[in-house]
Amino acid sequence: MSTATFRIWRGDSSGGQFRDYTTEISDGMVVLDAVHHIQAAHANDLAVRWNCKAGKCGSCSAEINGMPKLMCMTRLNTLPLDQPITVQPMKTFPLIKDLVTDVSWNYKVKLGIKKLKTRKPDAPDGTWRMAQADIDRPQEFRKCIECFLCQDVCHVLRDHQLFDEFIGPRFLIYAAQLEMNPIDTEDRVPDLRKKHGIGYCNITKCCTKVCPESITITDNAIIPLKERVVDRYFDPVAKLFRAFGAK
Amino acid sequence: MAAEYQTFEHDVLVIGAGGAGLRAAIEASAGGVKVGVVSKSLLGKAHTVMAEGGMAASMGNVDDRDNWRVHFSDTMRGGQYLNNPRMAELHAKDAPARVRELEAWGALFDRTKDGRILQRNFGGHRYPRLAHVGDRTGLEMIRTLQDHGIHQGIDFHMECTIITLLLDAGRVVGAFGYDRERGRYQLYHAKAVVLATGGIGRAYKITSNSWEYTGDGMSLAYHAGATLLGMEFVQFHPTGMIWPPSVRGILVTEGVRGDGGVLLNNQGKRFMFDDIPANYKNQTADTPDEGWRYTQGDKNARRPPELLTRDHVARCIVREVREGRGSPHGGVFLDISWIKEKLPNAAEHIKKKLPSMYHQFKQLGDVDITQAPMEVGPTMHYMMGGVRVDADTQMSDVPGLFAAGECGAGLHGANRLGGNSLSDLVVFGKRAGEFAAKFAKEHAAGSVDRAQVDEVARQSIEPFERQGESPYQVQYDLQDLMQNLVGIVRRQEELERALEGIAKLKVRAGQVGVSGNREYNPGWHTALDLPNLLTVSEAVARAGLERKESRGAHFRDDYPDKDPAYGTFNFVISKARDGAMRVDREPLPPMTEEQKQIIEEMK
Repeated sequence: MSTATFRIWRGDSSGGQFRDYTTEISDGMVVLDAVHHIQAAHANDLAVRWNCKAGKCGSCSAEINGMPKLMCMTRLNTLPLDQPITVQPMKTFPLIKDLVTDVSWNYKVKLGIKKLKTRKPDAPDGTWRMAQADIDRPQEFRKCIECFLCQDVCHVLRDHQLFDEFIGPRFLIYAAQLEMNPIDTEDRVPDLRKKHGIGYCNITKCCTKVCPESITITDNAIIPLKERVVDRYFDPVAKLFRAFGAK
Repeated sequence: MAAEYQTFEHDVLVIGAGGAGLRAAIEASAGGVKVGVVSKSLLGKAHTVMAEGGMAASMGNVDDRDNWRVHFSDTMRGGQYLNNPRMAELHAKDAPARVRELEAWGALFDRTKDGRILQRNFGGHRYPRLAHVGDRTGLEMIRTLQDHGIHQGIDFHMECTIITLLLDAGRVVGAFGYDRERGRYQLYHAKAVVLATGGIGRAYKITSNSWEYTGDGMSLAYHAGATLLGMEFVQFHPTGMIWPPSVRGILVTEGVRGDGGVLLNNQGKRFMFDDIPANYKNQTADTPDEGWRYTQGDKNARRPPELLTRDHVARCIVREVREGRGSPHGGVFLDISWIKEKLPNAAEHIKKKLPSMYHQFKQLGDVDITQAPMEVGPTMHYMMGGVRVDADTQMSDVPGLFAAGECGAGLHGANRLGGNSLSDLVVFGKRAGEFAAKFAKEHAAGSVDRAQVDEVARQSIEPFERQGESPYQVQYDLQDLMQNLVGIVRRQEELERALEGIAKLKVRAGQVGVSGNREYNPGWHTALDLPNLLTVSEAVARAGLERKESRGAHFRDDYPDKDPAYGTFNFVISKARDGAMRVDREPLPPMTEEQKQIIEEMK
């Protein structure tokens, strides 16, 4: 059996360093397996979040050789094993310990987005009728597993730390699926413009690139939302229409 | 020494934040009481997220012959009539309303052509009954409940673990535990407690379950004086991934078979046609062609044998492997790619219907399921047994202590039908929340025994003070033991050896040592999970030893047939005065005349 070396960040908010661990590897292994082997054999107290180990819960986000990824979906055979594999916590969020970061900011942001407000049901039994074609798009956004890798990679948050002014790609697609839900009647456009800071996104598409669910975050969610904001606030023709009738 | 801890005051405390816990919290909050939710993971990560196929509800959107009576009878037949009939009836009746309510809270289920909620076929369900979103229905459910729940004024305590329930004169008055991030103790004072902690998957080596599934709720309830029911019934899902080794156990949804996937042995034979149980003969296709037509919605066709109940399919797979007809890595083949013979654009169709499966095999197993068969084998998936509860209110034998979802028991009898779990979560989660709120309003807060709290806190940090073996090693040894001796096929001598082994592991669990400090320390967390795992493992082995027959998910090599004498009662487990685990027989709850009549009509 061959071995590989993992250079894992150990430490907490007061500081820390990378530590090298060498472990045996086998066919089909993913980075999370290696971290678990290390935890069981060399470092019982190595902190790591994980749940499903199948790319469905979005718990085991980390930066592997500098790339934001799910540890459970990163096969070792996709990495150059002749040199140490670096595994470090998401940089954008405050560190708790080792590979675990404090992502509570994300949960607070979601609370600030206006919730679903349904229109009257279509049928007497209290149900709605929706065509599959009309929900394909919001269903794409609802695939999100809240791994927060898109938040981690977004430069508005990662480099500029604009946590009070910008909700990040995860919550722009959250807002988008609400906006595009056929039974929703809420208006989130003013909030998107001001409170949620959609203008900060300059569509570099880094979020789309790292999304483990392959959600087309920028093209399918953020740009259409930007268009709604532009139509409402910056389109001179639409402004004229609104001013002079076209009720 | 007195332990230091933070205290939180709630009327209702919900332990667990999967589908059942969140639904209970939402309902309790709607009842006008102060609700707290404790979860071991972050919100939205609980195991519900893994559910794939769908939630069963007889809405009749795809086949209007469906109704609650058919769903009730399917559930009872699947459970080999050991189910609590009242729970099976409530479940069948309430499920459609629970599905519609999710839609009103933002869930977007796949649609029928006329814009209603689409329903799919699943094992043991007579008609297409599962509301679903591709193969990620669990994610849709948990996210919907989470996103609705956060606006209901509920306090969420994420990444906290409960070590013990607190009692006052036999009534539950709260719980004591710690936060995983900092390792600080926490005392939750509550008038009623809802357990929604899920199952026991981590007692087994090959499982589809996450680390959280350590039987906490069942163990907490047992030690608080509640009764456990049907603990011998552990469901092995017939189709888990088996190759490569690191993915062993990860679930492959039954939806693959519902959409036309077939099981083949290494001779390319559809072996499921070889053994069709008598009580399903009338409902099962005679030919592969009839089975295919069923999966494509032909109302006159009967379902293919791949969609027989999970216990039966799992055993047939074990038989093929044992008799030398297995796949290279010790499973069988599950093939959906063959439908290209029947459908144009089959590859696109498969990707649309089973996106997660496509993704999972492609990324983790280097298999393109639109082109090649998957290798699959049984994986421990679900616990039918659990805390015995009142059918209507979900209250256990301990006043003020409720249980819902997988942690509770009664609905599924000896075997659960696929799709009946997601509906179970919301149907009985709602009931537990409703009645816990009612209980809280009718009772004053109890008092907490500080000496008990101090003692529990003191014991919990003992692993730091010892130079013992690693808690992981004890857990691995337990998983090996349960897999080998209390697995899918059982026998007397092995079960007895298992009990001896568990007794030894209990001693070892009391001697483990951990390093580091209390901040986010998975070694310490594992040490504290061990007593729960050992309690539920012992319960499974003891009940399994007593049931000297084969029924549903419980298969005894030494008693391979069903014995009618065992069809009139359930085994219940409780803690005797001397602390030993006792097993008793409890007659089945009687059926109403109407229930009897339904079952007779649909035989």
